[in-house]
Amino acid sequence: MRHGVARFVTGFLALPVALYLFYVVWPFAQAAGYSLTDWGGYSDRQNFVGLDNYVRLLSDELIRKAFWHNVFFLVTVPLFTIALALFLAFLLNVGGREDRAGIRGVFGSGFYKIIFFFPQVLSLVVIAVMWQQIYRSDNQGLINGLLIKVGLVDADNPIAFTADPEPFLGIPAVLWWLLLIAVWSGAGFYMVLFSAAMQSIPKDIYEAAILDGASRLHTFFRITLPLLRDTISVAWVYLGFIALDMYALVFVMTPSQGGPDHASEIFASVLNFTAFQKGQFGYACAMGVALAIFTILLAAAQLRITRRERIEF
Amino acid sequence: MADTNPADLNRRTLLRRAAAAGLLVTPAAGLLSACAGSEPSKSTDTGGSKSADNPFGVKDDSAVKVVIFNGGLGDQWAKEDQAVFTAKHPKVTVNMSSTQKIKTEEQPKMATQPSDLVMNSGADMMDISTLVNEGAIEPLDDLLKAPAWDSEGTVADSLLPGTVEDGTFQDKFYVVNVAFTVWGNWYNGALFDKEGWQPPKTFDDFFALAPKIKAKGIAPYVHDAVHGYYPRWALMATIWKSAGKQAVVDIDNLKENAWKADGVLPALQAWEKLVKDKLLLPGNLNHTQSQQAWLDGKAAFIQVGTWLKNEMAATIPPGFEMKLSDYWGLGASDKAPDDVFAGAGEGLVVPSKAPNKAAAKEFLRAVLSKAGSAKYAELTKSLASTKGSGDNVQDSALTTANELMKNAPKTLIKTKFWDFYADLDKESQNLSEELMAGRITAQQFVDKMQAAADKVAKDSSIQKQTRTA
Repeated sequence: MRHGVARFVTGFLALPVALYLFYVVWPFAQAAGYSLTDWGGYSDRQNFVGLDNYVRLLSDELIRKAFWHNVFFLVTVPLFTIALALFLAFLLNVGGREDRAGIRGVFGSGFYKIIFFFPQVLSLVVIAVMWQQIYRSDNQGLINGLLIKVGLVDADNPIAFTADPEPFLGIPAVLWWLLLIAVWSGAGFYMVLFSAAMQSIPKDIYEAAILDGASRLHTFFRITLPLLRDTISVAWVYLGFIALDMYALVFVMTPSQGGPDHASEIFASVLNFTAFQKGQFGYACAMGVALAIFTILLAAAQLRITRRERIEF
Repeated sequence: MADTNPADLNRRTLLRRAAAAGLLVTPAAGLLSACAGSEPSKSTDTGGSKSADNPFGVKDDSAVKVVIFNGGLGDQWAKEDQAVFTAKHPKVTVNMSSTQKIKTEEQPKMATQPSDLVMNSGADMMDISTLVNEGAIEPLDDLLKAPAWDSEGTVADSLLPGTVEDGTFQDKFYVVNVAFTVWGNWYNGALFDKEGWQPPKTFDDFFALAPKIKAKGIAPYVHDAVHGYYPRWALMATIWKSAGKQAVVDIDNLKENAWKADGVLPALQAWEKLVKDKLLLPGNLNHTQSQQAWLDGKAAFIQVGTWLKNEMAATIPPGFEMKLSDYWGLGASDKAPDDVFAGAGEGLVVPSKAPNKAAAKEFLRAVLSKAGSAKYAELTKSLASTKGSGDNVQDSALTTANELMKNAPKTLIKTKFWDFYADLDKESQNLSEELMAGRITAQQFVDKMQAAADKVAKDSSIQKQTRTA
């Protein structure tokens, strides 16, 4: 760098970096430190126990169950959210008829964009509380109420939604119902992300393809999808993080926060229980650190796998 | 084109870096920093001079920080207590705040700069056995020995039976429970009078009455299917009545095969029958939804504590007569048919590191005063743990609760294992939900609870507690 630039840049960055170190990096380091102790969380008494907490983690059945539930979300949340977001973005940008003005989205696409993006404006807890009313399991619930009125659901046996542990395709029903909310609330943002990426794809590529007789399906799979690869890859990583969290939905919506009978237990809910109910902060910190390591490895692996030559336009 | 010039920040690397940066604002990050604490500071507790009127030596011009749980009972009663306190100590500043997030707001401060007096209550409360084990809260035995605020004798003398026991852990008194709660089955007195129904005393009475209730298009029973500790009260009360006190004490003490004792299984089977016979209102309602369904006349009985009246005050229909009856027993085989499920709850604690512990204890004395507790009963329509708090309140809910207490034997139904062990707390809540949802049988409930209790008994990392009375 040229002389003086380094000092100039440092001058600007010193304060934010210091704040970041103090408020973000330092608590991380502390948590990692606590994970090697038997700290209970309410006192200043703690003993160093080495890696005991991590060894215990490996044989903890509840954590194992929670891990697989997180893996379920890790696979399904990105898959369904990206699929839905791509579908919507495609329709809104290039899905409509073509005319002299070129390729455009379906009629009213500006309006739909706002509608689909709307959940992104709401806090996840607000979304969860709203869906509690939609999922309410008697005739005052939005879905149950309608279905009971039209006679599709028996009033004596309404849909239990998030209180239903019965497996569907081997996965407790409650997780599927939570997945629906996660996808609904996430799709809008990624739709906008993909829309922006699609708009940077030159229209003449589409027009050329259509002139050559390509169908909508062809243009999507042969042009749009390959050119969005980078964006989708990043979306996948972000959605992976969301899938590893899911805490707000589980906490607000499921009986006994992770129930019924552990059917919707996830990493974060077990961690919360261990730290704040059982008073084993050391062990809970070990869970947090383990999850952080898992997340970092996952992101690194994912970005490496999708790395390849790219097209510039 | 490949990345030919590594110095250029192209879109690909930008996205990759953005993703990497995203790592630091993601779930793992939030969870990580949630555990972090900070270094403790020293408490500076220098008292003023002590006297009969100021037994803890509260210093003038000091300040006391009081945090109240603003739940079903509201927080107005605490403001009345503050007035009682300030009348005697006008120079002490009381900083009172109220919240529903006790643990979220107070736990991080416990090891460093806690409030002086914390009402540890609600869904977001700090685990009491952890607080005791970690030495995070102060024993308050000197408060019990101090003279009562505005009556003869000591503070201990002025309390309802059970209040001292309920606040005692490992032989020391830690928790001042201000509310005296009576649990049982609630019904609408007006409806029962109109139909000529008698509130049942046993499950057999109930099963005989149920068809008549159903014939009127009313579900015989509604329960909270979201919070497992609601149905658990009822299950444990039935177990106590059927199997007797010693059986529950054994359960609390993790005695071998305690859940398999005589009388435990039949008690749970009564509930299993209630579920199997479809006597529950359909739907998985939470506490307020189920209580509203009961108020709306959709169900005849609901089981909950005496805070019910205050919690639902805004939506009680005109002409509705809230009445409390005792939990049902099984009949002739019952070992303790008349014992009532009641106790002191809504606990106030003084953190060990609180800067002004003297004023906190003095404030507690004001809370337990005759004047303060009478205001409490008047405002919340439920009993305070000070004797005679409800004497001058006219209210069907409070009166029936009062009567129930007057006719009750001195032994109160009490379960401790869920306060002792977080694992058993969780398991029993889950299993109570499962039993009430009809997904497990009474036999499975007993087997699974026994397995969970055995697991805790064997786990050396869990500190054991015992109950004698």
